[in-house]
Amino acid sequence: MSRRYDSRTTIFSPEGRLYQVEYALEAISHAGTALGILAKDGIVLAAERKVTSKLLEQDTSAEKLYTINDNMICAVAGMNADANILINYARQNAQRYLLTYNEDIPCEQLVRRLCDLKQGYTQHGGLRPFGVSFIYAGYDHLRQFQLYQSNPSGNYGGWKATSVGANNASAQSLLKQDYKEDCALKEACAMAVKVLSKTMDSTKLSSEKIEFATVGKTKDGKIYHHLWSADEIDALLREQGLAKVDDEPEAGDIK
Amino acid sequence: MYGVLERLGLRRSKLQLFFGRKKSAKRRLTQQVADLTGAPGVKLTARPEVLLGIAGKDFVILAASKAAMRGPTVLKAEDDKTRQLNKHTLMAFSGESGDTVQFAEYIQANAALYSMRNDTELSPSAVANFVRGELARSLRSRSPYTVNLLLGGIDPVNEKPHLYWVDYLASLAPLPYAAHGYAQYYCLSILDKHHHPDCSFEEGLALLTLCTDELKRRLPIDYKGMLVKVVTKDGVREVPVDNDKVVRSA
Repeated sequence: MSRRYDSRTTIFSPEGRLYQVEYALEAISHAGTALGILAKDGIVLAAERKVTSKLLEQDTSAEKLYTINDNMICAVAGMNADANILINYARQNAQRYLLTYNEDIPCEQLVRRLCDLKQGYTQHGGLRPFGVSFIYAGYDHLRQFQLYQSNPSGNYGGWKATSVGANNASAQSLLKQDYKEDCALKEACAMAVKVLSKTMDSTKLSSEKIEFATVGKTKDGKIYHHLWSADEIDALLREQGLAKVDDEPEAGDIK
Repeated sequence: MYGVLERLGLRRSKLQLFFGRKKSAKRRLTQQVADLTGAPGVKLTARPEVLLGIAGKDFVILAASKAAMRGPTVLKAEDDKTRQLNKHTLMAFSGESGDTVQFAEYIQANAALYSMRNDTELSPSAVANFVRGELARSLRSRSPYTVNLLLGGIDPVNEKPHLYWVDYLASLAPLPYAAHGYAQYYCLSILDKHHHPDCSFEEGLALLTLCTDELKRRLPIDYKGMLVKVVTKDGVREVPVDNDKVVRSA
């Protein structure tokens, strides 16, 4: 039945669905989890990095967290190749706005421009939609710290805490349970690792398996964003008692 | 003709002074101007139009002369050389007639489009940089706009006043007070002496009167009085001024 309707992105099925968009969402739900939490003095993004093979060179640079401009970063869940195209597009747009108006693009505007592009692939097309969901963390003077999420259909929304990727339903309910209004950035970081440790397959985490980034304000009021180094992540994990001890067998290993 | 006279021992440059320069020499001159300005045939000398801007503690005053002139002729005595761009930004303009209104309304429309699309207004600094960009683009086109501008506004976020001076060569300068046209020669010294950054609105108006009095005293043109507008955090409004005041020459 569905065969007749799912080969094209632009055609509704008799039940009023766009199968290709749903398949794209399905593809994302197999990708590593990414989550974001909005605190009163900043935002934290965290992502699970899937280690596919021991032989694969562990990339030292981030592969799921990207900076977009001076006051915005994003986390990716889904197809990395597609994400690269969109991130390049976002960076170009941010710089073009900066060139035109000599000030940074408001966060929501940039999110909307990306979503307009994504939406285009669900309507005019022939090809397939982008198989990526994003979580964006940013700051602008109009609305201070902001957290957004977008998906392949071109929808986006502002959130206090959200997650995408594998196990995002359970991550979401954990966030709903634990989220406190007006929490500090430090508490938000602790919550982020806690939620990740529960949604990931292995209980003991390490800097090889997760990526971390924060957006915040320095004492003199300047906005910074920071992609955490392996040492900083390990320090946080130790602090929270979630770090993997070297000689302890990992959960799931045969004892 | 030159050949004959030159044989009589007269130098060609002297002759050219007498008979007028040859066309090629004239063209060379415009070329030199074009080289200096970076655009073919663009030149805007000081005009008998008056634009003044004064930023104070929580306001920006923009004043523009009311005469629309063509050469020595006054075509209109109640001309409005300002356009409101959004709730907190006002632009005053002078220059080639036609270009001025066209360019100002182009900017006005773009500012309105931005507000409609994004549910927020452009800040005065964003507008100023947009205007500069558009002028710079136009300057490098086949037919550039020859427009000088003053841009005044209040930043809606921190309610700080901003005044920008933009000329037809797309220079942009944020200034505490500014002038375009012949007004520069008479008013900048007065503003320099009396302006201070947190002056009140009344002080600002008094300062403007000092300037317009000096223009009446020294500028040998009737510019048909000034239209004065002020931008505050509540928006833009016109300020009634007495243009009939007689100032005795020095």
